[in-house]
Amino acid sequence: MESFFVRYRNPLLLVALVLLQVILLASQIRRTVPGSNDGGKVRLVRLWVEGTESPFESMFHGIGHGIRYSWSNYFALRGVKKDNDQLKAEVERLRLEQAALAEDARQGNRLQALLDFKQHYLANTVAAQVIGTSGTDTSRVLYVDKGSHDGIKPDMPVITRDGIVGKVREVLGPHTSQLLLINDQTSGAGVLLEKTRIRGVLRGNTYGQLEIVNVMPDDRIQPGESIIASGGDQIFPRGFPVGKVEKVQHDPTHDPYIQVLVTPSADLSRLEEVLIVTGQSQTRPGDLAADIATSEALAEQQKKAAEVMAERLPTVKPEVTPTGEALSPALKQPPPPLHPDRFSTGATPPANAMQPGAATPVAAPAPKVKAETPAEDATTAPPPVKKPKPPTEDQPAPAKKPAAKTEDQPPAATTPSPAATPAPQETQ
Amino acid sequence: MATLSYTTRRQAVEQTFPLAVMVIAPLLAIFIQAYLPKIFPKFAILDLPLVVTLYFALARRSPVYGAILGASVGIWQDALTNLPLGVNGVCKTIVGYMAASVSMRLDVDNQGTRLLLVIILSFINSVLHLCVMRWLLNVHQDWRWGMEALRPLLNTAIALPIFALLDMFRQRS
Repeated sequence: MESFFVRYRNPLLLVALVLLQVILLASQIRRTVPGSNDGGKVRLVRLWVEGTESPFESMFHGIGHGIRYSWSNYFALRGVKKDNDQLKAEVERLRLEQAALAEDARQGNRLQALLDFKQHYLANTVAAQVIGTSGTDTSRVLYVDKGSHDGIKPDMPVITRDGIVGKVREVLGPHTSQLLLINDQTSGAGVLLEKTRIRGVLRGNTYGQLEIVNVMPDDRIQPGESIIASGGDQIFPRGFPVGKVEKVQHDPTHDPYIQVLVTPSADLSRLEEVLIVTGQSQTRPGDLAADIATSEALAEQQKKAAEVMAERLPTVKPEVTPTGEALSPALKQPPPPLHPDRFSTGATPPANAMQPGAATPVAAPAPKVKAETPAEDATTAPPPVKKPKPPTEDQPAPAKKPAAKTEDQPPAATTPSPAATPAPQETQ
Repeated sequence: MATLSYTTRRQAVEQTFPLAVMVIAPLLAIFIQAYLPKIFPKFAILDLPLVVTLYFALARRSPVYGAILGASVGIWQDALTNLPLGVNGVCKTIVGYMAASVSMRLDVDNQGTRLLLVIILSFINSVLHLCVMRWLLNVHQDWRWGMEALRPLLNTAIALPIFALLDMFRQRS
């Protein structure tokens, strides 16, 4: 027996090591600590490993950042004055835009209140520097230099100014956290296609691409359409940009469904700084409220200035009828038809002139409307007047008086009652 | 150019490295592997810890050492990812063991043989990784032929300078 173990020492050790790790893998599948994604002992191992690595990562990152920062600052100062002026002008313009949007937002809030839908605003964010990665292309996680000391907690959304990036997976120390990027296979985010309003779940695939899965085929989904966070996952802020539709293709693994490949708004492969959303509130944060108030005051000033200018400048007064009603160009009579028939405007009797049970009144072609100006009168040829055909049994002859009136009398400028001018009938 | 050659099996087996090198080199490889993709995202296709594991397993010619080193390096790598601990551990344990076992039968001091072994074992590592993900963890993962063919070649390319560097620390007892 002893010789067996001595003889097969190496293979036995290999089997034992592999078996131990398989058991370790199996034990991690379901057992997790509340508020964490790992089991207690596994979390401890991750803490040790990251505790060993992160000081070096922070140090290297600090050195590199320091060099880049001082270098870029030296050159950046040369154009600061010009940039500052441009930015000030842009701030003024954006404030005006914001004032207009604030009104829409208020209306939206009122409607949301009616629907009891709660809007969440970004209340607090913490800027964090990326200090490391997982090092493999099968696990898309990042490490940042902010942790429990900065109020970071698991599942907090991580964004950049371009769009969503991921969420906090694990807080590994006072100054270290692990982020799970949205292009990882295990991540998921509720998204909404902006134009078509189709909802879906965004996740990463093996290639590190973003895709929306389990979407029913829809011709309206076109490349280039914007995708925003739907807020349905209770993690990412609603309406925040996610990306654009890159390609729509058939999903071979889920037959009737399609795959929507997405180009992320944020460059997930080159993240340097990110914002971790540490607080969301249902009221506007102080800064945003102050900004909106400033914008509104500015817009009010602009509005008053525009009104003063409008009073001082000569204006074209609208045409007014003798009764005092303004004549809107939209309410003018349409031009007279060249060849009036029973489908022309005014050829059919009004509904209130009809009587229930009565025979269907015979439609007449619209009478020729006299041209308003002599020039128009000259250029518009009068339509040929058809001679009425002899009456039949089904179609009695029209009353003579109105017919004579139509033919003999020149048509009035105003549209006469079509009922009074029956059309000549055509036998079929 | 001075080359190392061994006339007896005993001489070949007993080549060792300073303890500091044997500890620091794998840790440094893991650190560089975790840090560099932040600056060069494409660097994530490489597997520096695997290259270092293969080097020491081939050089020490001890299956036990190769398996233990592979397990340690793999679990350390797993701790930096969001994958369960043991995914890389299982792969690198087997690959480390295989490398050391092969080195007992072949002359792995030859640079060409070593590089060929790196290509083959790197590919085996990728296959094992896929197997663990698919059948042990039930995580769907596509097999990317282009990527998996390129990875061993790139690992071999990076192994050339690393092997040359580590050869400088060899000790003959």
